[in-house]
Amino acid sequence: MRYLPKSPADREALLKAIGARSIDDLFAPIPAEYRLQRDLKVPRQMAESEIVDWYRERSRENGDGYATFLGAGAYYHYRPVIIDSLISRGEFLTAYTPYQAEISQGTLQSIFEFQTMICELTGMEVANASMYDGSTAAAEAVMMAVRLTGRRSVVIAHSLHPEYREVLATYAWHQGMPLSAAPFTSTGRIDLKALEESINSDTACVLIQSPNFFGTIEDVAAIADIAHKRGALLVVSIAEAVSLGIIEPPRQADIIAMEAQSFGVPLGFGGPYCGVIATREQFVRQMPGRLVGQTTDKTGKRGFVLTLATREQHIRREKATSNICTNQALVALMANIFMTIYGKVGLRELAKQNLAKAAYAAQQFGKHAKVLFPSAPRFNEFVVQTSEDPYAVNARLLGHKIVGGLPLKKFYPELGNAALWCCTEMTTRTSIDTAVAMVAEGERSVRAGKEPETQGVAR
Amino acid sequence: MKHMTRKATRHVNQNEGLIFEKSSAGKAAWKLPPLDVPEVDTAKLLGAAERKDLGNMPEVSEIEIIRHFTRLSTWNYAIDLGMYPLGSCTMKYNPRVNEVVARLDGLANGHPYQPEKISQGALRILKTLSDCLIEITGMDAITLQPAAGAHGELTGLLIVRAYHQAKGNPRKKVLIPDSAHGTNPATAAMVGYSVENLKSNPKGMVDVAALAAQMDEDVAALMLTNPNTLGVFEQEINKIAEIMHAKGGLLYMDGANMNALVGKVRPGDFGVDVMHLNLHKTFSTPHGGGGPGSGPVAVKQTLEPFLPKPVVITKPDGTLAFEYNRPMSVGRVRAFYGNFGMFVRALAYILANGPDGLRQTTEDAVLNTNYIRKGLDGIYDLPYSTPTMHEVVFSDKLQQKKGVKTGDIAKRLIDYGFHPYTVSFPLIVHGALMIEPTESESKEEMDLFIEAMKSIAEEVQEDPQMVLDAPHSTRVSRLDEVAAARKPVLRWKPAS
Ligand SMILES: Cc1ncc(COP(=O)(O)O)c(C=O)c1O
Repeated sequence: MRYLPKSPADREALLKAIGARSIDDLFAPIPAEYRLQRDLKVPRQMAESEIVDWYRERSRENGDGYATFLGAGAYYHYRPVIIDSLISRGEFLTAYTPYQAEISQGTLQSIFEFQTMICELTGMEVANASMYDGSTAAAEAVMMAVRLTGRRSVVIAHSLHPEYREVLATYAWHQGMPLSAAPFTSTGRIDLKALEESINSDTACVLIQSPNFFGTIEDVAAIADIAHKRGALLVVSIAEAVSLGIIEPPRQADIIAMEAQSFGVPLGFGGPYCGVIATREQFVRQMPGRLVGQTTDKTGKRGFVLTLATREQHIRREKATSNICTNQALVALMANIFMTIYGKVGLRELAKQNLAKAAYAAQQFGKHAKVLFPSAPRFNEFVVQTSEDPYAVNARLLGHKIVGGLPLKKFYPELGNAALWCCTEMTTRTSIDTAVAMVAEGERSVRAGKEPETQGVAR
Repeated sequence: MKHMTRKATRHVNQNEGLIFEKSSAGKAAWKLPPLDVPEVDTAKLLGAAERKDLGNMPEVSEIEIIRHFTRLSTWNYAIDLGMYPLGSCTMKYNPRVNEVVARLDGLANGHPYQPEKISQGALRILKTLSDCLIEITGMDAITLQPAAGAHGELTGLLIVRAYHQAKGNPRKKVLIPDSAHGTNPATAAMVGYSVENLKSNPKGMVDVAALAAQMDEDVAALMLTNPNTLGVFEQEINKIAEIMHAKGGLLYMDGANMNALVGKVRPGDFGVDVMHLNLHKTFSTPHGGGGPGSGPVAVKQTLEPFLPKPVVITKPDGTLAFEYNRPMSVGRVRAFYGNFGMFVRALAYILANGPDGLRQTTEDAVLNTNYIRKGLDGIYDLPYSTPTMHEVVFSDKLQQKKGVKTGDIAKRLIDYGFHPYTVSFPLIVHGALMIEPTESESKEEMDLFIEAMKSIAEEVQEDPQMVLDAPHSTRVSRLDEVAAARKPVLRWKPAS
């Protein structure tokens, strides 16, 4: 086996040194009746070239070469090539969690920079070294609010990513955390009156997303006012990190739970991504996850260490703020490098391009179909309602090697034939025009009372 | 210094400040293509929601970024540099073909919501990996959704709870041996269970009599790590399972130590009901300085209805699909389908090994550990003489007499060119040195390690202060962790 650095003679020598007759001696502690006497039924050992070929085939079967209008919590942005050259360095790639600070300063300093940039972008005072993803970050942020307030219930915007809501429901299930939903209005924004009524003296926090699942930017200041007046905290989930380049961050929030995937992390069929929690300094001791802090060595030289570990499971066990141990460090490094590349000016310009593409696309779609929630500002996503089933539109688009917007029937049946479309800097005018033409064609046919041509509706 | 190391030599590495200290207005490492749609008036579109300023975000050029992170990288130790014997962490070689295949366009750029018709490649990977892991564990069904070991524990215990709830009573407690990892009790608390500690016997195994006495109808499950954190296989596993099952409890296995078992014995065959795996340990996906991981949870048939949704199914026409209609499911534990990129890598590792390679890997991991154990026995105190599998735990008892503790020996090991072992875990060994070499070490590398550990033991006798002051050869000397925690500085701020 090519990964194993021992010759048969080496193995013999080791056995001899140990004083064992054969390798079986070393497995003697396992009761004989359980010892496997056959080969595992897994594929035979493959050559590297065969492995690469097998995966190339899988890659071809997986939408290779398609343009996409999908967003909804996973965004297709350009990834500068130096991200992969840098994270591929073995010193980053093959290191463990930086427990031994003196030989982990590279990882530690880079996390410190990551925490700093997340603070700058979110307007928060502290940020952790990462969580599993945006959904679990949101769930952990809510649990943090419960600990901070001593209250139990949570109000969740119905315009929060539906899968994030599902994750919250799973996490809340056994914690005695009653969840209630705050609806959205025809603006796509949260219904402030309904929100006001749903908060009571047991509400630990209000959880919203902004830009929300429909791409609409919430009135965070107004929501914060309502929550804070009743002693509840405000938790804001940000799923599209690039929005921070041009959208005012939710500074009025108490906790921000982010998904940093947009910052240089490949779509990768849904993961690994990079959750982050950021908050105010006064709340840091209830924050889950790892934190890097600055300190000095014996000679006064600046250095970095993992700190405030008394919040964590290896010290506090069942009383810890969370059970998280391994996080998403290398993905946070991707995000870190991405933020460094675009920086103060580039991030704004990048966000502006996203805004422009989505604005153009919404305007074009609006000529033929209904773009929902027109009155509130949005970032790079919008909802288009058609007369035709969006799955049918998408089936035709797929023939042009374009993946259309996400049909919303599964998540929001009340919106009818609606789909969530996303444009990033990667979306070309040509594909926008093609998609708009498909929608227009569908609308014309429906109006003329006949079905547009569809070869097999893909769901 | 009298004792010199053969493994490492000091050499120059570059100083480097924080990236913010290099920033100045007008430098840039980015370039966007020309906009092919009309420009927008941001003020008009966004109104009050428009952001005007990005604060202290850096402005630097590409070469500076390359140098910055390359320099930082050289301050890290890594598997690629040498043995990384962190016990319980299974720091094995991370094959490079894994990285290549994970970056193939269709896999790296696949959107989680793209139609299933054009997701067959990804689904095939999910299915093939699932099948392999089910065979390796001897279990019946699996979810790949959890993002790490602790997340797998959470998922597993949610399943346990749902199972008991479906029978009418979720039960109250989870039993956890005192040698367990901190994530085990932390997880039990998250699922609403109280934790009851289970004492180990003098051999370092579960005290079966104590278990029998403690087990009652309030106990939902026992969370067992096997081999346990001493590297000891729980020989009375059949009795343990019997005791649990007799009173309707479940046996949960923390599979962090699967590297001792793959191809040699299957948890599903010895009575485990639910377990998690760590693809970032046993199955070679890189730790990346702390993550990402992946913590699949495998279960027996009775628990299958409770798995998180969606699950992958094969349709009558042979194509693969996600199934969401799972009324008994515990729900989702994260968005989308899990850390897919890690699935690609773990499966590539399995394919590179095949059944023979996987077995040889396990044998080599156990062989290596016993070689090191033999080499250091007597020089360091071995608190349990029970045979060990893939890792071995010594204590600092002999060195304590000179005031030197496990953490000090660890720091000195750095000067010898090694990453330290795991310090002060498991908690049942006072002053633990937990060593896991994995299969990836050659005899030469292990001989250097043994030599280094012996040399440090001598240094402790001759010049304990020198060991207490270690490391001596790193960029920074011991860092003040107390000060870091007392007055936390968690971000850079411009000098005002
Ligand atoms: C025995 C044991 N259990 C659980 C865990 C937690 O796994 P993870 O860090 O992947 O969450 C670890 C990891 O260090 C471990 O060693």
